[in-house]
Amino acid sequence: MLLKRAPDLKYSDVTPRDIYLNRRKFLYGMGLAGGLALAGKSVANLTFPSARAYAATSLPGLVKGPFSTDEKVTPEQAVATYNNYYEFGTDKADPAKNAQKFVTSPWSVSVEGEVAKPRKFTMEEILKLAPLEERIYRHRCVEAWSIVVPWVGYSFSTLVKLVEPNSNARYVAFETYFDKKQMPLWGRAGIQLPYVEGLRLDEAMHPLALLCVGMYGETLPNQDGAPVRMVIPWKYGFKSIKSLVKIKFVKDQPPTTWNITNAHEYGFYSNVNPAVDHPRWSQAREIRLPGYFKNTKTQMYNGYGDQVASLYNGMDLKKNY
Amino acid sequence: MNRLLISKWAKVVVFALCLVPLGILIWEGFHGEWGPNPTQFLEHATGDWILRFLAITLAVSPLRKILGLTQLIRFRRMLGLFAFFYAFLHFSIYLGLDQVLDFRGVWADVVKRPYITVGFTGFVLMIPLAITSTAGMVRRMGYRRWQMLHRAIYVSAVAGVIHFYWLVKSDVHLPLLYAVIMAVLLGWRLFAWFSDRGRRPARGAPARKEPATVAAR
Repeated sequence: MLLKRAPDLKYSDVTPRDIYLNRRKFLYGMGLAGGLALAGKSVANLTFPSARAYAATSLPGLVKGPFSTDEKVTPEQAVATYNNYYEFGTDKADPAKNAQKFVTSPWSVSVEGEVAKPRKFTMEEILKLAPLEERIYRHRCVEAWSIVVPWVGYSFSTLVKLVEPNSNARYVAFETYFDKKQMPLWGRAGIQLPYVEGLRLDEAMHPLALLCVGMYGETLPNQDGAPVRMVIPWKYGFKSIKSLVKIKFVKDQPPTTWNITNAHEYGFYSNVNPAVDHPRWSQAREIRLPGYFKNTKTQMYNGYGDQVASLYNGMDLKKNY
Repeated sequence: MNRLLISKWAKVVVFALCLVPLGILIWEGFHGEWGPNPTQFLEHATGDWILRFLAITLAVSPLRKILGLTQLIRFRRMLGLFAFFYAFLHFSIYLGLDQVLDFRGVWADVVKRPYITVGFTGFVLMIPLAITSTAGMVRRMGYRRWQMLHRAIYVSAVAGVIHFYWLVKSDVHLPLLYAVIMAVLLGWRLFAWFSDRGRRPARGAPARKEPATVAAR
């Protein structure tokens, strides 16, 4: 069971996956039809009578979190069909197709390393550590496209405080679940797996750093990093690690997947920075999805400079890209 | 088979087939298949077709020789021009959508970014080939010089593969596949050229009607 909030629901009540997915397609189609959205809702209820079970994937009682942008939110369809999740294929459309059978329940996250209270958190526990907030963040991929997503979660610092890092803890290392059986395309990814990421402890403790369990008011789709991921909005998207299974507090800067793959192109920090080009393309502009033109100006720290710039005082951002 | 190839309908059929990728792309556009990032989708799709058409064009000579389908030559120009057509689309999308007609941005990319430099070079080299693709041009230039110029397609093919290889982030399977295909197509020419050179003095044959290199073009 995913949600303790609805104890009357059993796993068997959950909408079958194909119906759930068709619902998305269906609603998107209705959305395209424009003014029919309202009618669509009632038709959808007729077509899919298991509306009660569908509610099992929604996350009720969300509070409005801080730092939300009022920019236009990207349609969920785009966020759920255009993904970089190389374990499930390297084409943007691959993860939405190949991650559907990925088993995300039961799930637990092991928190270990330089902490006073190492422990495992079950998914049920993670969902209850703090009130779930909706935070609408800009998300800027290193490939120069961007989206605006209403994520669901709470500040990662909430979890950190529970395990009490000791004075040796200077960095946090993250690890994505890896299972060759469930990720048969892993060999084509061209990156070392399991996927690993890292943050400096002060970055991880920043209130913007989100431990994320959902988007658009529902639990995360598999291709978007279910059941729990990080969202670091001032850094390029690949820093926001998906499907978290391990969090380790460490003394030294941990290795990170894209830095291992190509250190010349992807640094440890990877803060969004329009002034520092990727060696192969400019980072000055981005395509806001869905869209045709790469004409949105990229902002320093993805527009979160007021909050995070002080973390990098005195650092040479050209060197620490 | 050769007779089929010289039928007057053959060119029409091949022409229509060459437009099928474009038709599919347009169809996909109307059915939401371009996805949330159509610019990238179209850049990749047209890029794929450039490499495919370059490979098909380069396969004409080996196939003529190996299968004895001499009449295949009738389609080579059209195939090459379609490679250019898809390259033109590819570049236009990059210029219009990706760079939003920022010509200085394009030039900055060309100068600064090796994968653009090499891709742009491959494209620019195709322009004179397209311009001089008419029979009148061959006459005016003289066959030898025309042939020399049109060997630039080898450079474009190699440039295209390198462009693709340098572009992908980590999954190099597809670029490597194209590299193998181009290597076979170009390697065959090298092989044909060497074996021809080796044979000629041994036979002591007088000059042939057709220069040896023609087969290897």
